[in-house]
This record gives sequence, C-alpha cells and structure tokens, in this order.
Amino acid sequence: MKSGSNLEKVLAAGHFSVTAECGPPRGADPDIVRKKAAFVKGNVDACNVTDNQTSVVRMSSLAGCLLIKEEGIEPLIQMVVRDRNRIALQSDLLGASAMGVRNLLCLSGDHQKFGDDPQAKNVFDIDSMQLIHLAKTMRDDGVFPSGDKLQGAPMFYIGCAVNPFADPFEIRVPRLKLKMEAGADFVQTQCIYNMEKFKKYMELAKREGLPEKIKILAGVTPLKSAGMAKFMRKMVAGMDIPDAVVNRIAAEPKEKQADKGIEMCIEQIQELKEMEGIAGVHVMAIEWEEKLAEIVGGAGLLPRPVVE
Amino acid sequence: MITGTPKPIEEIMEMLEPYDNIVLAGCHGCVTVCRVGGEKEVQVLASTLRLAREAAGRTINIREVSLERQCDPEYVEQMRPYVTDYQAVLSIACGAGIQFLAEKFTTTPLLPGINTGFLGVTERQGEWSERCQGCGDCVLHLTGGICPVTRCAKSLFHGPCGGSVQGICEVDKETKCGWQLIIDRLVALNQMENYGKLKPYKGWNSSRDGGPRRIIREDMI
Repeated sequence: MKSGSNLEKVLAAGHFSVTAECGPPRGADPDIVRKKAAFVKGNVDACNVTDNQTSVVRMSSLAGCLLIKEEGIEPLIQMVVRDRNRIALQSDLLGASAMGVRNLLCLSGDHQKFGDDPQAKNVFDIDSMQLIHLAKTMRDDGVFPSGDKLQGAPMFYIGCAVNPFADPFEIRVPRLKLKMEAGADFVQTQCIYNMEKFKKYMELAKREGLPEKIKILAGVTPLKSAGMAKFMRKMVAGMDIPDAVVNRIAAEPKEKQADKGIEMCIEQIQELKEMEGIAGVHVMAIEWEEKLAEIVGGAGLLPRPVVE
Repeated sequence: MITGTPKPIEEIMEMLEPYDNIVLAGCHGCVTVCRVGGEKEVQVLASTLRLAREAAGRTINIREVSLERQCDPEYVEQMRPYVTDYQAVLSIACGAGIQFLAEKFTTTPLLPGINTGFLGVTERQGEWSERCQGCGDCVLHLTGGICPVTRCAKSLFHGPCGGSVQGICEVDKETKCGWQLIIDRLVALNQMENYGKLKPYKGWNSSRDGGPRRIIREDMI
C-alpha cells in the first residue's frame, strides 16, 4: 500500500470503486458541508473536496476535507496549482497528510478569468504534471524536491484528472501516460456524455497498457434538465454532450427531466461497469448530492465494500 | 519589440494638472515602431494637450523632444542642459525609458504617457501580440519554437489543459491555444518525442521572481 487510503484498498481488492465530490460553501458555515456529507456518507469510497473550482472563492479544500472526515467520510483533497507556488503546495501536502487526508487529486485549476476575482494574479509555478511528481517524490523518496530529508513523508494515493474530450484528441492518451509516469496512481475523467468518443479514448489507452498501470475512474454528472445540458455544452470548454443525449432528456416534460437525468446517469454507470479497463466511477452530482444514494444504489453499487 | 498603448487623454490631463511648463519626450526605439511613443506621436499628443488645456481655460507650454533611445545614458544626457527649466517630463517611451529618465533627473517629476505592454510582434498594421516574457531560460528548441510560458494562459509545461477546444484557449475566443500550436509544430517537425518527457520544474529565479535582474557581460566591460 502506498497510502493505506480506503480508495486505494478498494481498488487494490479489485472492486469497482465509487467517488463523488463535495463543493465547499461560499462562506465559513461548516454545517453546509456537514449537510452535504450526510448525503455522501456510505455511498462512496472517497469524496473529493474541490479547490476553488471555476476560480470562485470557497472554503478551502483542506478545511472541507477535515469536516467531511469528522463525519466519517474518507476525503480526497483536490489541489490546484493556480493559487499556490511550490512552497505553499509542499506545505499544504504535509499539512493534509498530517491531518489524515490520504487521497490527492492534482489539477491545474480553471483560469482565474472565470471566477469572481478575474483581476487576481495567477501562480502556475509548477504545473499539475509536476505536482504529481512532487507528491510522489515526497511520498516515495521521503525528501523535498530540494533534496532535504522530510521529517515524516506525506502519504497520498495520488490522482490526476483528464479530459478525453478536449483537443487535440491525439494528445489525450499520451498526456495520461505522462501523468501515470509522473506518479499518478489513479485518474478521474471529466464528465462523460459522448460514450462513443470515450470508447475510442479507452481503446487507445488500452493499447498503451494504461489500465494495468493507473486506475481509471470514469466521470459522470447527472443532468438535471435539458437546459442544464445546453448550458454546459455552450459554456464549459471541452464539454462534449452529443445531440442524442440532449434530445433524450429534452423529449421529457420539464417536471420529469430530472428523473430522466438520473435514469440516464444510472444506465451510463452500468455501461461503464461493463467496460474493460474502467476501475470505477466518479459521480459529480453538482449541487445535487441528495441524489447520490439513488444513483449509486440504482447502479447496483451499494453497499460499498469494506476492505481491511 | 516592447509594445505599449497610449494612456487615455483624461488620465494624462489629470497628471498634468499641477504643471504649465513641461517636456514631452518620445523615443525612436520600440515605441516608434509600434507607433505609440515616436516623434510623430509626440507632435500629435502635444497638440492634443494644448487644445485640451485651452478648452479648459489654461495654457501649457510643451517642449517636444524625441531621443534616439530613452534606455541609453548617452541619449538621455542630451536632455540634461534644459530639463531643469521645466516643471515635469511627460515621457511616452516604455517603462524602462521613463524610469531611466527619472533616475537621471532626480529633481524633475516624471510622468508616464503610455501603458507599457509586452515583448511582442506586429501581426499586421495596428495589431501586436505577445511572444516572450523574458523568463531568462529559453526552451524554444524543445517546444517547436513556440513559448509555453507566454503562449499558454497557464504557462503549462505539459499542456494543453482540458480547456483547449479546436485550437482555441478557454480564456478568450481570440486566443489560440499555445499547446495546440506547439503540438502541431512538433508533429510537423517530427519532434513529438519532445512532448512525452516530464520537464523539470522551471527555475523562475532567472525570471522576474528572482528580483530585478542584471546582465553583466565581462567581455564588453
């Protein structure tokens, strides 16, 4: 075991894993996190806590992780390189590990242009690939990148993210390979709606032998309405939602679209479960955490396995 | 070249409020090429300021000068005989030039007439774009001659990020994805092996982050 995290154990035991995500609140109220945690608990192997996603200021990811940990959920800390230089990143890695956070997701972070402080200075001292390498160096070699010995190495199951639908497509699998070589143990993908394109991506990944070397968790997001699908398709760069998907939910009357979205998400998870090389799903029910049990249960993934 | 844009005339008028007798100094270097601070721009700006002042019921005396370069001491010194006869100098050179004047003429207030931009190129008449951040550690031989520090909005060393769509950066529809450009070029050059390697963390100490930089060429001193 590299980290001893529950997620690592579940995956190592060969179970199809489930992760979800919790966005911390736009304020200091811990009860908002606790309420979300109640919907997540028991339905996942680990729960991501986002790091100022879309550059909108929120409670810190580390604080959110500690709050959900208190509620009995295994946290997965997301860490972006947009806001912190390598000094702050190393320090936060040490702090997170000391507080018992055992899963890490290394990200670039959305450009600050999209948030509420577009005039902020960005950092990007190292990139997400190098953050993976940094975490691995600290964990496996017990040293800082500077070469100095650590007083206790941080223990993380190291993850990365990929968007199989961004351009150029040809670079997407080589980039995942590079992240694996840099030290990523698992990957969570961007929300998948275009299953045909994702299958092509997986074919290329298998050709490189990647599923044997890195655990691939397929990302899904249930659609609440046809309007949400159209909005995401238009506004989120690299979001590929085929017409067939939009049309299917749009064909329902408005009051039934949410149910349809859940049904489509469950179907998709069942398809992903059967797909060779997929080790689990990452369910991003954005501001819809109360539906997690229905989705994960509906896909036949409850109860979650307990691995000692 | 170093590019720049003119400051709004209202902002310049506000800066000039305390003064009635100034030097307006242009530069024959980069700012002439990008048409923001050359001899012609000195003439136009001086006329505009005089008219604006007259309209406001006050006159202003402006001595128009254009130095060969405001970033070289030998040319800056040409202003010394008369600079103290004026209340202030309004410079439309780049930030380096303006600061060099301020450094040399310590008792005269220096005012910036332009906003200095970036190290860039002329795309076509009236359009310039950034190419270099002067980070002090060039990797262009590995990236197809296209700079990831400057051309990628996140200065990624292993791009492109998930926000690259059909060659366009998520930050702005008019901005090409730097990494798409790099990859296209590496493919064309048959150098894609450069992509598949983890690059060491960049040493930003050769960039601005190491503090104000100096270059000392012993062979020239």
